[in-house]
Amino acid sequence: TLLPDAPAQAQEASKKLEDAIKKAIGDKQPADGAGVIALDVPQIAENGNTVPLGIAVESPMAADNYVKTVHLFADGNPSPGVIAFHFTPKSGKAEAATRMRLAKTQNVVALAEMSDGKVLMTKAEVKVTIGGCGG
Amino acid sequence: MADHTPRIRVPKKAAKGDVVEIKTLISHQMESGQRKDKQGQVIPREIINKFTCAMNGETVFSADLEPAISANPYLSFYVKVEGPADLKFTWVDDNGSVYEADAKIAVA
Amino acid sequence: GRLGRLAAAQRLSQKDLLAFEPLGQVTLLHVTDIHAQLKPIYFREPTVNLGVGEVAGLPPHVTGKDFLKRYDIAGESAEAYALTDQDFVALARDYGRVGGMDRLATLIKAIRAERPDNTLLLDGGDTWQGSYTSLATKGADMVEVMNALGTEAMTAHWEFTYGEERVKELIEQVAFPFLAGNVRDTEWEEAVFDSTAFFERGGVKIAVIGQAFPYTPVANPRYMVPHWSFGIREDDVAASVQDARAKGAELVVLLSHNGFDVDRKLAGRVEGIDVLLTGHTHDALPRIETVGKTLLVASGSHGKFLSRLDLDVKGGKVADFRYRLIPVLTDAIQPDPEMAALVEKVRAPYAADLGKVLGKTDSLLYRRGNFNGTFDDLICQAMLAERDAEIALSPGFRWGASLLPGQEITLDDVYNMTAITYPATYRNEMTGEMLKTVLEDVADNLFNPDPYYQQGGDMVRVGGLGYRIDIHKPIGQRISNMTLLKDGSAIDPARSYVIAGWASVNEGTQGPPIWDVVTDYIQKQGTVVVPPNQTIEVVT
Ligand SMILES: [Mn+2]
Ligand SMILES: [Mn+2]
Repeated sequence: TLLPDAPAQAQEASKKLEDAIKKAIGDKQPADGAGVIALDVPQIAENGNTVPLGIAVESPMAADNYVKTVHLFADGNPSPGVIAFHFTPKSGKAEAATRMRLAKTQNVVALAEMSDGKVLMTKAEVKVTIGGCGG
Repeated sequence: MADHTPRIRVPKKAAKGDVVEIKTLISHQMESGQRKDKQGQVIPREIINKFTCAMNGETVFSADLEPAISANPYLSFYVKVEGPADLKFTWVDDNGSVYEADAKIAVA
Repeated sequence: GRLGRLAAAQRLSQKDLLAFEPLGQVTLLHVTDIHAQLKPIYFREPTVNLGVGEVAGLPPHVTGKDFLKRYDIAGESAEAYALTDQDFVALARDYGRVGGMDRLATLIKAIRAERPDNTLLLDGGDTWQGSYTSLATKGADMVEVMNALGTEAMTAHWEFTYGEERVKELIEQVAFPFLAGNVRDTEWEEAVFDSTAFFERGGVKIAVIGQAFPYTPVANPRYMVPHWSFGIREDDVAASVQDARAKGAELVVLLSHNGFDVDRKLAGRVEGIDVLLTGHTHDALPRIETVGKTLLVASGSHGKFLSRLDLDVKGGKVADFRYRLIPVLTDAIQPDPEMAALVEKVRAPYAADLGKVLGKTDSLLYRRGNFNGTFDDLICQAMLAERDAEIALSPGFRWGASLLPGQEITLDDVYNMTAITYPATYRNEMTGEMLKTVLEDVADNLFNPDPYYQQGGDMVRVGGLGYRIDIHKPIGQRISNMTLLKDGSAIDPARSYVIAGWASVNEGTQGPPIWDVVTDYIQKQGTVVVPPNQTIEVVT
């Protein structure tokens, strides 16, 4: 076979990601955040050294109900941590953006921790490609 | 010494209750700790690991950055303007250095 | 088909091509992917254009006999000639060339004369690149021609391969809006170009939103546009549509260079686009495709077609429409004298080069199709011979005019297949494993079942190498049976092979420009013969 041992690699990546998630949120079980967390990443990265990353979480951002932290991970990087955004009700919106490095095609995972302790999760794949054709 | 001048984009004015977007950039190589030099030695990690935005002395937004953040880290986020705002931005380097910038938002 | 009998009677006229019963207040005219073809050419539509996943077997993934059947087109008709590969050589000899900016100008002027207050002419991009003169003038020839044509808005893709500075210079020279709402600067993530332009036609307020090719810095060299970031940016499109409606637009048009499958998906996810003018994938469809209430128009390429879409707009909605994809059959149309003169003027400084005859072809030479075309095979042969390589790789571009058996090959023709701003023919070594990775990567850009991951080119062309491809498998599993043709051996993942190729997206690639390599080879051959390619086995 021409490809490296893909299943073994994937297993190692998911173990690293699990550990990083556990470190961030402890033993909490994240619920499906699709529709609540908007994860804004390109489908295909233009430049693996600088991939735009935005998140927006639906929330009233009121004193008793707001998004505390959004943790972002990339499961195919040497180390999965990317960034944690910490919000307060005075943020007004749980929305932030940055730019990240992606070593190869992989999933970007977002975990939103709410002020009531609930955690939501969503993910998106970003493809890092060789490129070079066109219509 | 490397230049770590921060740059920020903040609206000069806002109405009370507006949620305004703030954008920041700082020049920094964000050395990941995963690269090797020509001799094959690992180049030690040196990144901006923490960013804070305080409004009138109170932290309203912050971020913990990892080596996966690109060089010259860019951050955009929002603050809710309840009155004239003194904003203070702080970036903390692995090497202990702290870089700062200020801005004001007037309330019309 | 409508034109069949006329053709049989040899009476096909400009009047027949323009025949159209006007409808409603607005006449949209759409051209796209002209690829700088100022003069009439031959252009053969693909034999193979496969779709995967939900779009398998749907237009535009219908070709040949299936296409004729689906659209009820008679064999040997002018429509069969223009829209399919069927009997191409014989029909090309009967019907003649297609396109030519002087012919296109005649059609546009006639429609404008008929509908002076209703007509809006929109260009979908890939207009400034694809010929000797566009390369020599860095797009200025096409800017002059588009201004003369009366284009009223454009978006872009290959335009960006002239680099940021040149694009900005040329935008200063265009007499109409250059729209690209999906381009942001890489520093502050802010809009670089206008997204939207407003027009009023027949009392209807029209918003035209421009969407440039989302994968420009991936499919083409990123170093050409280092400060610009692209992407599909669905949310931004939705915001532009909402903004246009809020500003009173009764008709919202997306002038897109996304490619057909991407646009079909987008139309299903973004509310409120009335008309989606597609581009980039070079599909020519004689009927509108609809997604919900959105009308999708696919106007072909190379100046071969002009789309006319008449719209009756009532209460901010399209109440009725009528559409015709007009084939620009050169011989049936009187050239517009002013445009003919302009085309001659912009070509005159290069006349000696353009007319230089390099040889002759005994085979039909074409590019379009998912896998190797004969002109690509010729380019690969040239690279193998001239660059002393074991394997040649040539990009799966969708542009490039065809040549009929018996035609002379001029330098103009070679540039029509190769005129890019990163033409270096590299020669390097690549392991079998890397080679497979390259093929898998390009195959996934074409056959990923999610259209948002498709880049809209065709499969990389190969010389000296055979392979089998199963288009329905996931990335990493599509390509098998890779064979080195010179000795029939299986490609060894660990062995290094000498590869020649061109159009690398990497900065600093060294080597002679591809047009020199191909020119030298054709001149040595005298007469070119390209046998049918039987080295790629496609599993569908
Ligand atoms: Mn094109
Ligand atoms: Mn294109």
